[in-house]
Amino acid sequence: MRKNRIFWGAIAPIAAIFTSMVLMYIILSLRGADPFALFKLMVSYGFDPRNLVSELNLTVSYYLAGVAAAIGFKMLLFNIGIDGQYRMGAFFGAVVGAAIDLPPILHVAVIIIVAMIAGGLWAAIAGYLKVRRGVSEVISNIMLNFIAAAIIAFLLSPKLLGSLPEGSQNVQTKPIPASGQMPTIKIFDGEVYSVLFLAIFVGIAYWIMLNKTVFGFNLRATGLSFRAARSSGVNAPGMIFVTTVLSGAIAGLVGIGTLLSDTHSYSMAFPSGFAFTGLSLAILGRNHPVGIFFAAFLWSFLERAGQVLEFEGIPPEIVIVMQGTIVLSIVIAYEVVARINLKQQQRAVGKVAAEPVIEAEVK
Amino acid sequence: MQKSTLRKLGASAVTAAIALSGFIAAAPAQAATKTIGIAYSLGGRDVPGFNQLAYIGVKPILAANKSIKLIESQDNPTATDDQRAERLRLMAKRGANPIVVVGFTYAAALGKVAKEFPKIQWGIVDDSSVVAPNVQSIVFKEEEGSFLVGVAAALKSKTKSVGFIGGVNTPLIAKFEAGYIAGVHAVDKTISVKSTYISNFPDFSGFNDPAKGYEAAKGMYENGADLVYAAAGGTGSGMHKAASELGKWSIGVDADEATYPAHAAYKKTILTSMLKRVDLGTRAFVKDALAGKKTAGVKTWGAKQGGVGYTTTGGYVKDIVAKIDAYTKKIAAGTIVVPTDPTKA
Repeated sequence: MRKNRIFWGAIAPIAAIFTSMVLMYIILSLRGADPFALFKLMVSYGFDPRNLVSELNLTVSYYLAGVAAAIGFKMLLFNIGIDGQYRMGAFFGAVVGAAIDLPPILHVAVIIIVAMIAGGLWAAIAGYLKVRRGVSEVISNIMLNFIAAAIIAFLLSPKLLGSLPEGSQNVQTKPIPASGQMPTIKIFDGEVYSVLFLAIFVGIAYWIMLNKTVFGFNLRATGLSFRAARSSGVNAPGMIFVTTVLSGAIAGLVGIGTLLSDTHSYSMAFPSGFAFTGLSLAILGRNHPVGIFFAAFLWSFLERAGQVLEFEGIPPEIVIVMQGTIVLSIVIAYEVVARINLKQQQRAVGKVAAEPVIEAEVK
Repeated sequence: MQKSTLRKLGASAVTAAIALSGFIAAAPAQAATKTIGIAYSLGGRDVPGFNQLAYIGVKPILAANKSIKLIESQDNPTATDDQRAERLRLMAKRGANPIVVVGFTYAAALGKVAKEFPKIQWGIVDDSSVVAPNVQSIVFKEEEGSFLVGVAAALKSKTKSVGFIGGVNTPLIAKFEAGYIAGVHAVDKTISVKSTYISNFPDFSGFNDPAKGYEAAKGMYENGADLVYAAAGGTGSGMHKAASELGKWSIGVDADEATYPAHAAYKKTILTSMLKRVDLGTRAFVKDALAGKKTAGVKTWGAKQGGVGYTTTGGYVKDIVAKIDAYTKKIAAGTIVVPTDPTKA
């Protein structure tokens, strides 16, 4: 039984990736390109050591976004506000980091905590609206993303918290001093951000919290059935609020690697789009800390390796098509697998039920 | 079930990775023939505007010498500085030299990569913060060109009310706004200028959102403005549409928007376009670099150098060309200094 389930569980992601490769093959062939040569090129560039380091750094950002989304999913919350929460975290982390002067490790710790608080507080707005006012977190979070962008754009003005270095058009916060920067690990002439360890810690903490604590049990219970949890004494609305804040706090960490190990200031060049990526990765990784890691790496790999296709005249959007196909296929595949499992279970139960039970009754 | 599944998957993924990395060698470097590289900003070559102008600048060079190749790459909204750096590195490894980098968001990435490839000549559009012996900053005085179309707007406005639409609220676009307001007020201080921006960064959609451009322009026209200038890339199409529907004037940006095939239906109401000759800047840089000349330093393209200006397509500004050109001369001579900050315009 167990072996059987492992088989069916593994089939889903493999089938999804396979489907997307087939679609890619068709699209590339239609363009008159040689798909296998391009796949080979992508793989060779994707596993180029230097690029691999860069992919790992991106994986960490995506991973944190994925975990943030997964925490929400466990509560049936669709945290599409990850983008705004990440932005608030990175921005206020950068502002506070540049404004204070502390000994090295403490300085970094303060920045990380500020980022988590900023992300958490921003998510708390959506959490409050959901619990107290019944506002769908999807709607409020989408709006909060825009508001976060607008607030930061306003505060980042050179007249307020930002600065515009001579000759630059890129508004940025003042640089974080050396004591507030995180070291990098030099490997294959690339640099791995040490935030990697923080991400590993977050992944482990997430797993322990969910599976080994009362809080995690309550969280899962509320996610499975709000009413059942509430009637068995769980403060379900409170759980929703806390989960939202927690998800936001993790989202606040998404930009920390880039901020503390690379740019040392928040600027207009900071990326966007972590919400959709995070949600996709949580789905792909089935909300499991290890699953999300592989999903994050796959995403990062496709994005970075896909860059090489541009030089062969293939539009870079092909990577987005590929990612989209994978997500769509995986959702379908999981559903199919779930139905097959259900049928098997029913059959198994049916077999047991069909056996005579008179003996048991006699005893 | 999940745990063991994932473990299994993980193991196979790692095995595959090791196998593949062992098998396949790195992409070959092509140094024999000359290759020009262009790294575009968001939107890429196919969106009319400064990205496309960089390509237009290089096109005649490619046409004149068929042995020169072109490789292109474009930015995406999810990219970090690290990814941009990796993109530039990849172009460098592919043998491109010179490489044109379009847009100020590349500045930090270029600052790093230019040092790693000292033999490659780099040119960056819209930024002069990267100082290196192999980097040319190609910058424009957008405020001067905007001043000139501001003069045209003031001379053509009958309602004494004109509008400005900025794509994304950034210091760069503020220069357009500042110059435009200064130009309008240089002619007539009583004309009111209403400004609006489509989006705030990091949402760069304001540069390619014709629907919002249409709404913004329509609002301005319906509130008394009879002329609107958009420094908003593809968003400007929406403004031209609103102008043609309501029979008002509109002013384009970067290139001659009246000649865009997509604007065929609107060209009768496009008064003029402010020109930002990214094509000239790029071409001059690439030519010099290919000829082996030293290109490093800041190259500023203003009204004096013919780097900014306005168009006369359609002949709608025919009657005021002399007046506008008088301002061009004053700006070129330095008697008029155009502000870059809208609050001081």
